[in-house]
Amino acid sequence: MTTKTITSSLYDWVDERLGLSDLAAFARHKTVPTHSQSFWYYWGGISLFLFILQCFTGVLLLVYYRPGAEAYESVRQITFVMNFGWLIRSAHAWAANLMMFSILVHMFSVFFMKAYRKPREFGWLSGMALLGLASVFGFSGYLLPMDELSYFATKVGLQIPVAIPWIGPAIANMLRGGPDVTEFTVQRFFALHVVVLPALFVPLLAFHLWLVQRYGNAVPPAEESKPAAERRSIPFMPNFLRKDVAMWIISLNILALMASVFPWALGKQYDSLVPAPAGIHPEWYFMSPFEMLKLLGTVLPGEAGEIAGILLFTLGIVLWILIPFYDTSKESGRRGRAAHYFGLLAIFALVATTAIGYWTIR
Amino acid sequence: MSDLTHSATFVPEIPEEQGERNTRRAFLAAAGAAGICYAAALAYPVYRYLASPSEMALSATAVTEVTLKDAQKLPAGSVLMFKFGTAPAMLIHHENGQWIALSAVCSHLGCTVQYEPEADRIHCACHGGVYNAYTGANVSGPPPRPLRLFKTAISDTGVEVSRA
Repeated sequence: MTTKTITSSLYDWVDERLGLSDLAAFARHKTVPTHSQSFWYYWGGISLFLFILQCFTGVLLLVYYRPGAEAYESVRQITFVMNFGWLIRSAHAWAANLMMFSILVHMFSVFFMKAYRKPREFGWLSGMALLGLASVFGFSGYLLPMDELSYFATKVGLQIPVAIPWIGPAIANMLRGGPDVTEFTVQRFFALHVVVLPALFVPLLAFHLWLVQRYGNAVPPAEESKPAAERRSIPFMPNFLRKDVAMWIISLNILALMASVFPWALGKQYDSLVPAPAGIHPEWYFMSPFEMLKLLGTVLPGEAGEIAGILLFTLGIVLWILIPFYDTSKESGRRGRAAHYFGLLAIFALVATTAIGYWTIR
Repeated sequence: MSDLTHSATFVPEIPEEQGERNTRRAFLAAAGAAGICYAAALAYPVYRYLASPSEMALSATAVTEVTLKDAQKLPAGSVLMFKFGTAPAMLIHHENGQWIALSAVCSHLGCTVQYEPEADRIHCACHGGVYNAYTGANVSGPPPRPLRLFKTAISDTGVEVSRA
């Protein structure tokens, strides 16, 4: 028997049992629409790729990281003692930021392509849930090194739920594991970051991808209004996948460049007796809500401002999540336009408050 | 113009199909090589990162002597366990006054062995290996080799154990 006959008989054996050729036939028939806005189709795939990288680098960090009282010492070891530990840690931190960025790009492109309309409402809702989980990933991961910055960021961040009337303080204490941020906090954030969140995120992501597969890519309204004969598409295998992979390699190269040229810093070990360092500010993806709360605090000082800020922010997010039920189909007309302006307003508010936030760092 | 076309058609004297196959093959080979280099550039830091503890252990096993402070006070008929580099070792003060230092790693499957003063022998609980407590020789059971014997030097401040 030649190698070729061995390979083909092995393939036949597996195929007979797992139905590989059905899968291959299915992949051959899958197509992706192509038009002037096709570029935005890659951002979901980039987010997915960065999430997979987070799993890999996260497991590598897990090899040496120790939560609890030794957290800072173990991160110091990873950064300064283990070979290339600084690079692995830096890649994990940078990929988190790049993933947040690509998820936001993906979300806004879906929004403006109106890809949340019927029958894709669950795609939008599951995507928003994934964004929420990604933010909690970012917030909980930020504490794990237990340096000065992570200590104060967590302290401030967990102070926000305190403003919720009656139950606020109890929620904050439950999240912190006590009245202050301590090694108990890092221990439970660790459990959240490496067990609870992945256990929620992965099935939700599978659901999200299954929906994309089921309904295919949505086309923007301008493309949708064209007659079917004028719309063009390309095969998923191999044409679209090839471009997808190219995007992943570009992302990986950008990540490698950022992680090695701008290695993630490790501050001093936290000490609750040392005052907060000057110029301390949240990560860029939390800058906007932080600044909105701050701005509202100058208009409405005190507790009233805090509660109003949280209410306003929650209202904005709820409206954003419910957009598929307001702008339901291409017959939406005026509502469709209103949704479009709402999206522009959201981008303007995010960019402006982020810019003001960085502008006013002291 | 005719010269140009001539020189252009001159190069692929080989049948066109084969020339195309050659460039295609060369391209695939180059792409494959670049891919392997890329993968290696990713895998190398990961490998070195994971290998850090074994590299550190390697520099620790380069240790040639260990000074056990105050070990000269060890009573006769008893044992002191210590680490020689990264591996466990034992210092035995025999009833007859003899000082013996041995590796405490069983030569069979690497369990830590135990000195039994009442039988005056070294025993491995994992699979019943027995060693001579004076020479480290494998006496019975599965161990294929003796335990490594170290040199000892007793002073007023401690015991110095070094490679034989």
